[in-house]
Amino acid sequence: MKSVIKTEPVLEGKEVTMQFGGLKAVSHFNLVMRPNELVGMIGPNGAGKTTVFNMITGVYTPTSGEIFLDGKPIHGLKPHRICHQGIARTFQNIRLFKELTALDNVRIACHTHSSSQWWQALLLTSGHFAEETRITRHAEEFLNVLGLSHRRDHLAKNLPYGEQRRLEIARALATQPKLLCLDEPAAGMNTSEKVALMELIRKIRDDFDLTILLIEHDMRLVMGVSERLLVLDHGVTISEGTPEMVRRDPKVIEAYLGLEEAVK
Amino acid sequence: MKLLKNFLPFLIGIPILWGIQLISPPHIAIILVNVGVNIILAVSLNVVNGFTGQFSIGHAGFMAAGAYTTAKITLALQDTLLPGLSPWLSTQTIFLMALVAGMLLSGTMGLLVGMPSLRLRGDYLAIVTLGFNEIIRVFIENIRWLGGATGLSGVPPYTTLVWVGLGAIATISMARRLVSSTHGRALLAIREDEIAAEAMGVNTTKYKIRAFVISSAFAGLGGGLLGHYILLVTPKTFTFIKSMEVVGMVVLGGMGSISGSIISATLLTVLLEGLRGLDQYRMVMYALLLVILMLTRPTGLFGTHEIWDVLSRYFPKRKAVQKA
Ligand SMILES: Nc1ncnc2c1ncn2[C@@H]1O[C@H](COP(=O)(O)OP(=O)(O)OP(=O)(O)O)[C@@H](O)[C@H]1O
Ligand SMILES: [Mg+2]
Repeated sequence: MKSVIKTEPVLEGKEVTMQFGGLKAVSHFNLVMRPNELVGMIGPNGAGKTTVFNMITGVYTPTSGEIFLDGKPIHGLKPHRICHQGIARTFQNIRLFKELTALDNVRIACHTHSSSQWWQALLLTSGHFAEETRITRHAEEFLNVLGLSHRRDHLAKNLPYGEQRRLEIARALATQPKLLCLDEPAAGMNTSEKVALMELIRKIRDDFDLTILLIEHDMRLVMGVSERLLVLDHGVTISEGTPEMVRRDPKVIEAYLGLEEAVK
Repeated sequence: MKLLKNFLPFLIGIPILWGIQLISPPHIAIILVNVGVNIILAVSLNVVNGFTGQFSIGHAGFMAAGAYTTAKITLALQDTLLPGLSPWLSTQTIFLMALVAGMLLSGTMGLLVGMPSLRLRGDYLAIVTLGFNEIIRVFIENIRWLGGATGLSGVPPYTTLVWVGLGAIATISMARRLVSSTHGRALLAIREDEIAAEAMGVNTTKYKIRAFVISSAFAGLGGGLLGHYILLVTPKTFTFIKSMEVVGMVVLGGMGSISGSIISATLLTVLLEGLRGLDQYRMVMYALLLVILMLTRPTGLFGTHEIWDVLSRYFPKRKAVQKA
């Protein structure tokens, strides 16, 4: 019995489809993610990877299909509700609160679990001060985990690129999610930075007991870190399985690796 | 201790304001009252336009709601003596209650205007608030009970420099306390990136509406105080031009800077007073000045910075957070 409960999926997508006018960006997408899994999602440009994230996090409502978090339907909910239910994300084209400090970026994410009321802030109740202190300490912890303590009071826009990406992860973690969705977190980094980041992602998964869905363009990188891979092409899941299986799948070689060959 | 901290700005404020009131000759007092009212208006509008990054241009409409409500109540209770209170205390209490009622009504108006328009993204708020400003003016002009186009006259002279000063302190305290709290940071997040704010769990619609309601309530406070100083509440006081004047103050001071709003409200009020002799060219000069300033300093005088933050850097307190 115990083992059955344990393998209850964290996230489940059933026949999820997203249509933009005449374009089917994602069609009949299915996904089951077990607790603590680290699943990689790959595919060529425009394959529909970010669209999948946008549907999971409520930015788009799927044209059809269902998405469940811990067995509860979340499709059609607003993004903030989905965040409260336990899904956090980063953005492919970094969306930090640019004019705010690194600390404030993370503190805003801590607001999700804040119990203080707005009038308490206006009346300076002791509960308000206690909550502010708790939030600040909490945020500092997450900055520390991502190695950003020295940037605490720097404006987000002034951070180097790689640190901005890490700050996005810190911010997402601060919402205390069950599922973390990372959209190309290593984009724009050099190879050694990328490798370090992948190790960090794995460590975060273990330390915070998370389930992670990771989009990454670099095939080798994602194969090294994920237990399971999902390959999208033109909105269709063309392959799914362990990195070994996917690597040998002729359809993947044709759609994805073939592309890389062609580029070279 | 907790209570003291809450009311400290007011406790310090009362004797100072009272002193200023005693030594100010009438023509200076008029300007100071106007400065105070405009600080209330600019700082409260900054909560929406500066902190939250929305664009409201109908603040005068909410002033009107507050001014008429307050005046109607004080006019009705002019000769009433609250039991057990001295005449002076009775009047002050009635005025305070009337101001709070004005804030409640203008806040409610804010809710009605904000709910439909803040659900939508984009610039709907600007259009709707502009429309609301005109609608409420036309509405009042056509209601005899509210004095029609001539307005309500004989409004009792309750507003003093102390009252306006306390109103300004209340507004500034509200804005400062809000922005340094987790609730205020959620507003800043909306300004910075609405999609990211949503993704981090901020119910952006709810927070935008809340900011708008608070801001509208304080506009009502400004209206109520102004009406009981000029002793007249007419639709002409609350036109689109008044709204734009306040927007100008917020933009000039720097969107999101409380101290910027305070300083630009002071400067522009004094300037408008100085230009009074030029009559019809007054607003033209005002607009021209704003345009020039915007061209030379598009972020406003202060950007999003605060004087007290800069000061604390030069005079660090023991408790002050170390800035790297
Ligand atoms: N809001 C939208 N409206 C119309 N079309 C869209 C929208 N969002 C995405 N698309 C289209 O859907 C398709 C999939 O886009 P998506 O961003 O999901 O791809 P992706 O796999 O993330 O690509 P990349 O690797 O470049 O990030 C693309 O053809 C894109 O143009
Ligand atoms: Mg993408």
